[in-house]
Amino acid sequence: MNDSATDPRASAIDWNDPSIGAIRRDMLRFAQIQLRDAGAAEDMVQEALIAAMNNASGFAGRATLKTWMFAILRNKIVDHIRKSSREISCADLSDGTDEGAERIEALFNRRSMGKSGMWNLDDMPSTWADPDAALSQKQFWAVFDACVNHLPERAARVYMMREFLDLDTEEICRQLGISSNNCWVILHRARTGLRECLEDNWFKGEVAA
Amino acid sequence: MMMSCKEATRLMSQEQDRELTLRERAALKFHTMMCIGCTNYRKHMDFMRKAAVRFREGIWGGG
Repeated sequence: MNDSATDPRASAIDWNDPSIGAIRRDMLRFAQIQLRDAGAAEDMVQEALIAAMNNASGFAGRATLKTWMFAILRNKIVDHIRKSSREISCADLSDGTDEGAERIEALFNRRSMGKSGMWNLDDMPSTWADPDAALSQKQFWAVFDACVNHLPERAARVYMMREFLDLDTEEICRQLGISSNNCWVILHRARTGLRECLEDNWFKGEVAA
Repeated sequence: MMMSCKEATRLMSQEQDRELTLRERAALKFHTMMCIGCTNYRKHMDFMRKAAVRFREGIWGGG
């Protein structure tokens, strides 16, 4: 404890700096998309900030301060999910399993015998022009956010546990009480839906513009 | 026989989560060589992973 007070690296973080406020806002956005409960997200971010301040000596300067604080926040959210996994069993999540299945089925041709399971012409993934450039555009992230939110609740939950919390599928299955096969199926649907949403709402417009 | 696009997308999603078997990789390679839609799908999966990593590390531009 005393170490952190005397560690020069620890004192190098100025917690009153305006940049901390900007980081806090982004942390809140990250927590909110996952918890879908403004109060819980606020609490989670507050806890993460306190943990960061108390463990400032753990900030080795290898990553940026923001990335380090995000790692703390992710750990808090993972802890929260592990603790409450019994409360949020998968059965409670509205999901539209059938709807999800129909949506993915609809993308592929099933008319002619030899061609079944191939892309419909209209649904075939197109070539995205310079997708990496999107990553530095604020509006892209708003679309990304909206597209994740637009997924059926269960698909969004599994996708975010996998991609935003970096949990492996085995742990996700365990936490949600679903089979690993079910987990693959849900992730496939989630990614296919998200891909389509990004294409329709960002990349198509980009190409035309 | 060539696998369907639906099956190919299933494998391309799983590829993000586990190592595919040699047989799966070979079948997928054979498929994507001839299918531009699935070749794009695969690129999009890689891009989405990249975006998700940025998002979870708090590295998103302008926001």
